[in-house]
Amino acid sequence: MAEVTRPLTVRVERKVFPAVRGRPENHVLGKIEFEVEPGSFVVITGPSGGGKSTLLNIIAGLDKDYEGAIDFAGADRRMAFVFQTPRLLPWRTVYENIALALPPGDPRLANIPELLKRVGLVEAANAYPEMISLGMQRRAALARAFVLEPDILLMDEPFVSLDEPTAQGLREVLVELWSRRPTTVLFVTHDRSEAVMLGTRILRLSSGAATITQDVPVQLSVADRTDREKVRAEQRRIFGEA
Amino acid sequence: MRQAVNAPARGFRVGRLGWTLISLLALILLWELAAVIAQSRYLPGPLAVTEAMVREAQTGELWTNIRATLIRVAFSFVFAMFIGSAIGLALGRYPMADRFFDAWLIFFLNLPALVIIVLCYIWFGLTEVAAILAVSINKIPNVAVTMREGARSLSKDLNEMASVYRFGRWKTLRHVTLPQLAPFFAAAARSGLALVWKIVLVVEAFGRSEGVGHQLNIAFQLFDVQMILAYALAFIIVVQIIEFAILQPLIARASKWRR
Repeated sequence: MAEVTRPLTVRVERKVFPAVRGRPENHVLGKIEFEVEPGSFVVITGPSGGGKSTLLNIIAGLDKDYEGAIDFAGADRRMAFVFQTPRLLPWRTVYENIALALPPGDPRLANIPELLKRVGLVEAANAYPEMISLGMQRRAALARAFVLEPDILLMDEPFVSLDEPTAQGLREVLVELWSRRPTTVLFVTHDRSEAVMLGTRILRLSSGAATITQDVPVQLSVADRTDREKVRAEQRRIFGEA
Repeated sequence: MRQAVNAPARGFRVGRLGWTLISLLALILLWELAAVIAQSRYLPGPLAVTEAMVREAQTGELWTNIRATLIRVAFSFVFAMFIGSAIGLALGRYPMADRFFDAWLIFFLNLPALVIIVLCYIWFGLTEVAAILAVSINKIPNVAVTMREGARSLSKDLNEMASVYRFGRWKTLRHVTLPQLAPFFAAAARSGLALVWKIVLVVEAFGRSEGVGHQLNIAFQLFDVQMILAYALAFIIVVQIIEFAILQPLIARASKWRR
């Protein structure tokens, strides 16, 4: 596979959900245009219900009903998606769920045991998703995304509805996996400290026919990101509040 | 004394199998009691019925008839499950088709079994094809309704996941779609088998010259209650063996991932 050096280009002119059963039509996205450099970790943040997930679905190709174009700068880029819920197959074990992301007989299957160790699921490898905790299910979803060795990783609030220590643990797992194999990440969250802690660049969307209101790099080194004070200071700098 | 402390509970511990046996035994006793009181050839006791069953088994009649019935059950069951599932899945997936065919489905659901059987024999003659077709048509609407529910409840979330991870058609069918349909299929199969058994007997009584239904019809004409009960009993035993040996293990295997 050729090394990808051209940026990914996202251009959405507008996205409207048509009126359904009494609900009025919803003009959820306005003109949104940005480029993503390969290997960068872009956090998209904004008010809830503001179209962040819709944007991600458009980039993933799950929603094709919009005006605009996504240019992947490479014919066949590998894409992984970590959803807001783990979306594991309940009738397949943790191991099988991860392995199913790959074609049968793929050499990357050999990386699964190592990956399971990194996300702390060695013991749960043969468990069914409904028998393990939500935090563990989310780890499995992370492993499924990383086993692909994706060129683009889309993440839609992957750590919501977890208690803070668990969420923090998962963020650390994510950073560790990402630093081992840097890939382009588009990460949606409404959690501002999470945005600062993880992102190398933050895009803020407005509400209602969303457009980009702010596009700033995060000025923190890897070491700074574990420092609560520095994270808080950077958060103040970007979002202009405590 | 220490042992008594550790003992799980006082008195008998009766398992599920134990309760089934006790309950069956009570039924047989009640039957025997009724037979003794009635003292009639129209109500033979359990022993007489068992004797009749053994006699039929020894002449080979019992097996010939049960086999003929089982083959019909198998064919019409498989045929009805296949066609019914196809129709149900199509209706669940395409709302236009569902809107159009819903009234047809209601029509066939409410068409009496006897009408379907009689019409099939009149239109297609007293043939094996007509018999199996009649049973299948009775069953197809039920399967279609159940499978339509299954198709409607397919998870959009999991389909999106399969699409992002490029599962492709076959992998999606095998790992995403079919496991979601399995409980609906199992429900349709179970209620289906129960229905198919009963209708096959009626079809046989009307227009076939072998099979349990045919044998019951002859026994009815002779008022031979002993024979009727012997065949009914043999039949119940076969159905239960199929339920426990095939259906239940299959269902247990398909749902082992549930919490």
